[in-house]
Amino acid sequence: MLKQTEGSHAVAEAVALCRPEVICAYPISPQTHIVEGLGEMVKSGDLKDCEFINVESEFAAMSVAIGSSATGARTYTATASQGLLFMVEAVYNASGLGLPIVMTVANRAIGAPINIWNDHSDSLSQRDCGWIQLFAETNQEALDLHIQAFKLAEELSLPVMVCMDGFILTHAYERVDIPTQEQVDAFLPPYEPRQVLDPAEPVSIGAMVGPEAFMEVRYLAHAKQMQALERIPQMAEEFQAVFGRAIGGLTHSYRTDDADTIVIAMGSVLGTIKDVVDEMRDAGEKIGVLGITSFRPFPIAAVAAALKHCKRFVVLEKSLAVGSGGIVATDVRMAVTGMGLKGYTVVAGLGGRAITKKSLHALFAKAGRGELEPVTFLDLDWQVVNRQLERERQTRRSGPAAESMLRDVGTVASKIA
Amino acid sequence: MFQVRIHGRGGQGVVTAAEMLSVAAFDEGRHAQAFPSFGSERMGAPVVAFCRIDDKEIRLREPIMEPDAIIIQDPTLLHQVDVFAGLKKDGFILINTSKTFDQLGLGDFIRDWRQERLCTVPAMDLALKHVGRAVPNVPLLGGFAAVAGVLQLESVIKAIKDRFSGKVADGNVAAAREAYAIVKAEMEAAMHGEAHHA
Repeated sequence: MLKQTEGSHAVAEAVALCRPEVICAYPISPQTHIVEGLGEMVKSGDLKDCEFINVESEFAAMSVAIGSSATGARTYTATASQGLLFMVEAVYNASGLGLPIVMTVANRAIGAPINIWNDHSDSLSQRDCGWIQLFAETNQEALDLHIQAFKLAEELSLPVMVCMDGFILTHAYERVDIPTQEQVDAFLPPYEPRQVLDPAEPVSIGAMVGPEAFMEVRYLAHAKQMQALERIPQMAEEFQAVFGRAIGGLTHSYRTDDADTIVIAMGSVLGTIKDVVDEMRDAGEKIGVLGITSFRPFPIAAVAAALKHCKRFVVLEKSLAVGSGGIVATDVRMAVTGMGLKGYTVVAGLGGRAITKKSLHALFAKAGRGELEPVTFLDLDWQVVNRQLERERQTRRSGPAAESMLRDVGTVASKIA
Repeated sequence: MFQVRIHGRGGQGVVTAAEMLSVAAFDEGRHAQAFPSFGSERMGAPVVAFCRIDDKEIRLREPIMEPDAIIIQDPTLLHQVDVFAGLKKDGFILINTSKTFDQLGLGDFIRDWRQERLCTVPAMDLALKHVGRAVPNVPLLGGFAAVAGVLQLESVIKAIKDRFSGKVADGNVAAAREAYAIVKAEMEAAMHGEAHHA
C-alpha cells in the first residue's frame, strides 16, 4: 500500500512484516524511531509472538541478539554511531558464530568530536567484522532490503546490516509502498536454523578453536560472503517476482553505458548525484553513476564490469580512512587493478555536511578536465583548518582543537545548510 | 518542483508542519519529501524543516537553499537567522504575526515584491483560540494553502485529521480554516490594491 511516512516508521513496518521473534535494542539517534515503532507494535499486539527486550546498553543488545538467535529465534536490533562501536566485540561474535541477526544501522558519524549527523563512518568501521552490509538509497529500498536481509541472513547463516543514512532517510517523510503480509510470507520462509541451543538436543556453540582449525573457520566465513555475492543478485530477482520492484542486487548503474566519467557512491547521496548526472547529460557531458548496494561482500567483478568502458572514475564517499584516504575508494581501486583508469577519491558529507548539487557540478566538471587531486575533501573550509594549524605553530598550549575551530566558524544557528 | 522552508523554534511543531505538508501533497497524488535540519534540537532553539513537492519522484537530498516559499513560525527569528536566504524573487512569504511587514522592519526587503505573495496571519492567537495551545504550525498550514495555491485546503485538513484525533483535530481544523480565510482576504485586498495602483 502506498503511504507517505517517515523512513524509520517504514522500516519498522517492514521488520514487523518479517515476523521477528526477538527485538532487543538500546536507543540512540538517529535509529531510535525504528525500535520505538516496533516496541509500540509489540505492546499493542499488532506484532504477535515477538518479545521486545529492553537492554541496558548496545553491548547488551547484541549479546541478547546472539543468545536469542542461537535458540533459533528470528532476531532484530538496530543501532548507530557510538552504539555500534560499543557493541563491536559482540558484533564480531555474531558473525563468527554464524548467527543470522538483522541489524539496521542508521548511519551517523563517530566522535570525538561528538556529532549526531550522518556519514558512513560507523558501518565502515565494521568493514571486516564479517557481517553483510547493504546500503539503501531511498526509504523504499531501506524497507525492502530488510525483507531481503532476513532471507539472505538465514539462508547463509550470516548476520546482515542494513545501512540507511541517519536523518536524511530515517527522518524523511516520503512515499513508500508497504508490502502485504501475504507478499512477505511468500518471499520469506520460516527460519530454519543450522544450529540451535535446545535442551532436548544439547550442543555447545562458541568453542575455543586453536591454530589447528582457526584459519579454516575464518576461511569459511569468507567463503560464505563469496556465496552471498551469487545469492544477492538472485534474491533481487526473486524479490522482484513477488513485489514487482527492482531492489537490492550488488550494484546499480545509471546512465553509465557510454560514460567517460563514472561516479561511484553509496546511500542516499546517489539521488542527488543522479540529478546532477541528468543535468550534465543535458549539457552534453558523458557521465554516469554506479551505486554500490552491497559493500560487504564487495562486488569486485560487478564494479570492474561497470567501469570497463569509462575513462575515469570518482569515488564519492561519506567516510575517511584517516592517514590513507578513502575506504570505499580502496576497494574500487582494487576492483579495477590493471584497467588503466584514472581514479579520484572524494571525501564528502562528513558529520552531516550537506552535499549540494552545486558542489557536485563543480567537482565532476573538474574531474572531467583531469584537474582533480587524487584525494579531495569536498567543500572543506581551508581557512578554518589553516587558522588552527597556524595556532598550533604559534602556541604550544593551543587548547582543544574542535572548540577553537568552532569559535572561528562562529554561530551556526544562523545558517541554513 | 515546489520547495518550502519552515523556520521556527523547538516546540512549535516545525518538523510536524513539514511532514503534514508532505502528507497533504501525497493525498493529492503528488510526490513529496519532508525532512528536518536537525541541530541539537531543544525547546526554543531555532529549527528548520523542509518540504519538496513535485509530480515526479524526488531524488534530491540537499537542504532547500532556494525555496519557493518560506513559512516563519516565530517572527523573533527575523533578527537571529537569515530566514530569507536564497528565497526566489517573488517567492511566497507567510509569517506568524499580527504585525505588518513594515512593522516587522521588512519594508525595504519586500518593496518590489508581488504584494499578494506576502502574507501574515496571527497563527499563535488562532492556535490558542481553537486548540488552547501555543502551537502555531497547523494554522500556518491553512494559511499556506491560501497563499501559495500549491495545495488545497481540504488536503491540509485531511492531513490534520491523519495526524490528530478528537478535540485536538477539530480545533486544529477550525484554526486552519480561519487562517485560510484570513490569508485569502489579505491576498484579495493586496491584488485589489495593486489593481488600484495600476
